[in-house]
Amino acid sequence: MLIDLGIAFGRVMFVMLFVLNVAALLGWVERKQSAIMQDRIGANRASIFGFRALGLFHPLADTLKMLTKEDFRPARADRLLFELAPAVSVFFALVAFASIPFGDTLQVAGRVVPLQAVTLNVGILYVFAMLSLGVYGIMMAGWSSANNYALMGGQRAAALMISAEIALGASIMGVVMIHGSLNMMDIVRGQGHLLWGWVPAWGIVTQPLAFILFVTAGIAATKRIPFDMPEGESEIIGYFVEYSGMKFGMFLMTDMVETIVLAGLSTSLFLGGWQIPFLFAEGFHFPWGAGIALAPLLVTILQVTAFVGKVAVVIFVLMLIRWTLPRFRYDQAMRLGWLGLFPLSIANIVVTGLVLAAWGNR
Amino acid sequence: MSPMNLRQRFYLVEVLTGLGLTAAHFFRNMGRHTARALGRKGTSGAVTIQYPEERRPYSPRLRSLHRLVRREDGSPRCVACMMCETVCPAHCIYIVADEHPNPEIEKMPRRFDIDLGKCVFCGYCVEACPEDAIRMDTGILEFSSYSRGGMIYSKEMLLSLEPADPTGRPRSPIPLPANRRA
Repeated sequence: MLIDLGIAFGRVMFVMLFVLNVAALLGWVERKQSAIMQDRIGANRASIFGFRALGLFHPLADTLKMLTKEDFRPARADRLLFELAPAVSVFFALVAFASIPFGDTLQVAGRVVPLQAVTLNVGILYVFAMLSLGVYGIMMAGWSSANNYALMGGQRAAALMISAEIALGASIMGVVMIHGSLNMMDIVRGQGHLLWGWVPAWGIVTQPLAFILFVTAGIAATKRIPFDMPEGESEIIGYFVEYSGMKFGMFLMTDMVETIVLAGLSTSLFLGGWQIPFLFAEGFHFPWGAGIALAPLLVTILQVTAFVGKVAVVIFVLMLIRWTLPRFRYDQAMRLGWLGLFPLSIANIVVTGLVLAAWGNR
Repeated sequence: MSPMNLRQRFYLVEVLTGLGLTAAHFFRNMGRHTARALGRKGTSGAVTIQYPEERRPYSPRLRSLHRLVRREDGSPRCVACMMCETVCPAHCIYIVADEHPNPEIEKMPRRFDIDLGKCVFCGYCVEACPEDAIRMDTGILEFSSYSRGGMIYSKEMLLSLEPADPTGRPRSPIPLPANRRA
């Protein structure tokens, strides 16, 4: 009993600490990566005893600053919703990562432990449900601030979310059809097969169009540039215009956490999750016949490392997109969502269905 | 703007081109930063200058903080002729003349104040001076004060300054007015 509790605690804590720590680091990654892309050096002044550590103390300094700033509430704001909105926003972003697997199974004290925080048969639906609920925090913030700009930001967030989430949900249906399961673990295991004996059957190979659609709609769902109309800092400042201190910091954190969730989702659905090509439970089996036997624990460590590495690469690409493209105009984003992404993802479902029916493999 | 062609309207190709450009910058700069961190000489990974530590070289003609040129014995070369005070368009120079102990020299300034809060850095005072007693070649640009009075620089402060070195780097520390000294 106690061991089961400990295992459950360990699984949850691993995911929780992974997401929270990476989210804190992402602020640094974002500043430094954008700086290097733009031939700058980036934030490097915060120091402890003269050590600057490449500016790694800046997230710490930022957090301290936000915790000690005035916590302002407009006089006419709806008190309950205003206080609740950042919490709702960051809560749903944080729990969304729960059903994303970060490794295969691990033998602990005679029990087979699946390496994900929560084992869910409808894992994908759960992640999408949580990501969609996150927009309520944004809308609550926009509504309760009693500020027209905030309200506009909230409205834009709602409109964007609807047009993006539909395409997001439709774009992954192809993956779900191929693997015949909504369980994230099953989908990642299914990507361990080899096509024609040597190509790993990752989602990006079997569903290339869906991958592009998913990433595009996913960036829109995280409300980051180029889809940051809810924020639109050069025109309306958006839903968090009246927030200050750590409540503002929680909205900032929501963005970072959602980026990690999107990276984890793309990794699990399209980049093979924790799979390493040609690595099976007993070790490497290369298509040309050679093989390396590995201890099960080492295989697990390699898999978790592979998952973390893939998430890091996807985050790099997402940051690259965020610092390269300019913001869409509001109507352009709507048109892209409804007339571009959505029909294409429906077409992708139809084509996938036809191919599956013709080949008959599942 | 000309209408977009099909490739541009398809958007994806153009986006990938843009991502390629920024990614190329990232990896090129990352390589340069790494090479420098490993101690190898090479181009800097950034075009920016880390300001207080690094400085852009100033031109020798730059008009910076004024200084009063000294004679051999350390007394000001200024003869209090009031030319600079007269020509100054901002009326920021205030001179009080005094007898000079040497009978060969007619006068000397008892006070020579420049209100840098008013100065427009036109350089007319340098042009007007018949004795080459005031110059603007210290290379100092970062003088500031918490009060207007602190922007008034006295004769002693202006006399203590040295000209900048040939790269424009100031040789004297920024003189602090009395109300800014810690």
